[in-house]
Amino acid sequence: MPKLIKLVGAKDEHQAQWAEDAFVHVTDEDAIPEAGDVILSLTRFQAEGDTLLSSNSRRVGVRIEPAGEVEALAYDLPRLSLVALAFPKYRDGRAYTSARLLRERFHYEGEIRAVGDVLQEQAGFMVRVGFDAFEPNDGSSPEAWTKAANRFRHVYQRAADVRPIAADERAAQVEESAL
Amino acid sequence: MYQYDVIDREFLTDRSNEFRHQVVRRLAGDLTEDQFKPLRLMNGLYLQLHAYMLRVAIPYGSLNARQARRLAWVARTYDKGYGHMTTRQNVQFNWIKLKDAPDILDALAEVDLHAIQTSGNCIRNTTADPYAGATAEEVDDPRVWSEVIRQWSTLHPEFSFLPRKFKIAITGALTDRAAVKVHDIGLILRRARDGSLGFEVIVGGGQGRTPYVGPTIKQHLPAGSLLSYLEAVLRVYNRHGRRDNIYKARIKILVAALGAEEFGRQVEEEWAKIDQGRADLGDVELARIRGAFAQTPFETLPARSEAFEAAKAASPSLARFARNNVKPHKKPGYAIVEVSLKAIGQTPGDATADQLDVVADLAERYGLDDLRVTHAQNLVLPHIKLDDLPAVHAILEANGLATANIDLVSDIIACPGLDYCALANARAIPIAQDIAKTFADPDRAETIGELKIKISGCINACGHHHVAHIGILGVDKKGEEFYQLSLGGSGAEDATIGKILGPALPADRVAPAIDTLVDTYLAARQGEERFLDTYRRVGLEPFKEAVYAQAD
Repeated sequence: MPKLIKLVGAKDEHQAQWAEDAFVHVTDEDAIPEAGDVILSLTRFQAEGDTLLSSNSRRVGVRIEPAGEVEALAYDLPRLSLVALAFPKYRDGRAYTSARLLRERFHYEGEIRAVGDVLQEQAGFMVRVGFDAFEPNDGSSPEAWTKAANRFRHVYQRAADVRPIAADERAAQVEESAL
Repeated sequence: MYQYDVIDREFLTDRSNEFRHQVVRRLAGDLTEDQFKPLRLMNGLYLQLHAYMLRVAIPYGSLNARQARRLAWVARTYDKGYGHMTTRQNVQFNWIKLKDAPDILDALAEVDLHAIQTSGNCIRNTTADPYAGATAEEVDDPRVWSEVIRQWSTLHPEFSFLPRKFKIAITGALTDRAAVKVHDIGLILRRARDGSLGFEVIVGGGQGRTPYVGPTIKQHLPAGSLLSYLEAVLRVYNRHGRRDNIYKARIKILVAALGAEEFGRQVEEEWAKIDQGRADLGDVELARIRGAFAQTPFETLPARSEAFEAAKAASPSLARFARNNVKPHKKPGYAIVEVSLKAIGQTPGDATADQLDVVADLAERYGLDDLRVTHAQNLVLPHIKLDDLPAVHAILEANGLATANIDLVSDIIACPGLDYCALANARAIPIAQDIAKTFADPDRAETIGELKIKISGCINACGHHHVAHIGILGVDKKGEEFYQLSLGGSGAEDATIGKILGPALPADRVAPAIDTLVDTYLAARQGEERFLDTYRRVGLEPFKEAVYAQAD
């Protein structure tokens, strides 16, 4: 069982911590446990999600593989506690787009969790597109994630986070000097 | 020129510290080579045949004197005393030790240079017309937009793990010196009839094993919408580009599979969903960047320099240099000076540390502190007063930098090939040297006129052989180096992929075959035709017959 790391604290100052994982990953071959929070594949969710959610006693998350389109979840997002985006290889960057669309286009506010080949080197990118939970695959600690997520004092482009970009910082400097 | 501010500098410091930390972990054995490889590649550090190679980004090929001197210092201190200019306007050092890499990156960061995104499946260094800001041809300065893209693409959180590498090139001039039609995205600045500034957007060009001249997917993108539109293109590619086969992962394959029209439609659909107000750069920042390039302190000078005319009349070598390496400037009394790194018998694109220092001095003393790297692997002093040309030429000549062969037969593009590169099948440098020696007579070279020869040591086509007037591709035949010739390619505004001439030739027959091709052209030439024009008129056959008849 991989350990779970979550971001806590202010949105512009990332702090990573160990977190209890209430969810169980259920593969398409497994039976869904009697109780408890579960993460299902998109296919499984589409077939059985309604029944599970109506039982009301548990939370449900959906796991999206890189080729899966988050648009398919658009109407279900308010009911989902978690979307897990899979990295079969760290080099497969499709989940970065998925995360960003979930936050920016669908205004999803639940947990977005990185699962699979998840390495601390990706931290800076992941937090900027909206991931806030991680199942690291490299044995890395929350300290390493906190450090990696805050490594750069400046960013150049808008993403799903609230960080001012370099252009905003420059504009603020100009305003300040004009006062 | 754009000057880094405190934000740009702190960013580089943070990057440098990150890499130093990673190298420490590697050297201590905390990271395996497998784990370290993607990290070093993100910092431009390749493991080649004999050593590490460090590729330094030269944003849009633009350098100041201090930066050029620092590159010279790196070459002298950490390499074997030279650096290599690449076909993407970068500089490579071929003999780097891993333990030195963090110190080198620190030294480069001190002069606002770095190696970020010179490798990996991310948006690479944006290239641009090396005559930017100096040629009268351009409708707008492509450096402004290259700098906008540099910032936007630097450690982009969504687009750092694309299916494959991604290269953008920009020109603002009708004459294309940036090969925009054979890039993942090519941008041509244009003014619409109403005077508004925009880009023609070309997507899906490329070379490698599947060469394409890219199709235009948008005729006129309003300039201010550049970043939101790029975001849409990259997002469609990131989601739908192939990831199952490294050879089919470039955007050109996606564009070709969908068709340019359908790909363009998907981009428009995505673009419509993007909050442009948020994605595009504000006018204030755009004006700040534009201002940095607009402040070139030109003097008001007469269009004709008597000093230059007199010196030219007295010196045949200056006259030859002026005919071939001096190009018209937008300001009266100035010229653009090409500094050839293709001296006969030398490695194309290599400059020694001393030569880099010399060019830096010239840029500082005579050239408004500006110099450029071209995709043809030469250097450019973009702003030289005509009055100063005799002095500049004399100094270049004294340092082996005045070869008057720009765009002539000996101005050969060559990748590092099997002399350095782990991917190569064959050597490229000795072939280039052989050909240059065959055409060492400068009078003959001028008689032949414009002829672009480009050599790649393997199908990855770093030497741009597909878009050469005469392309040469190194292939391996049972452990022996052979070379396949192609004719009629062009990487310029009339971009074309060359056609294969016939069976590959052994190394010692390449230069004689080029000689035969040239003789065939000279015999068939009408009027002022270039080699490429004659080829286009008469076709492949006469050339093929001439080369292969010898063999029979």
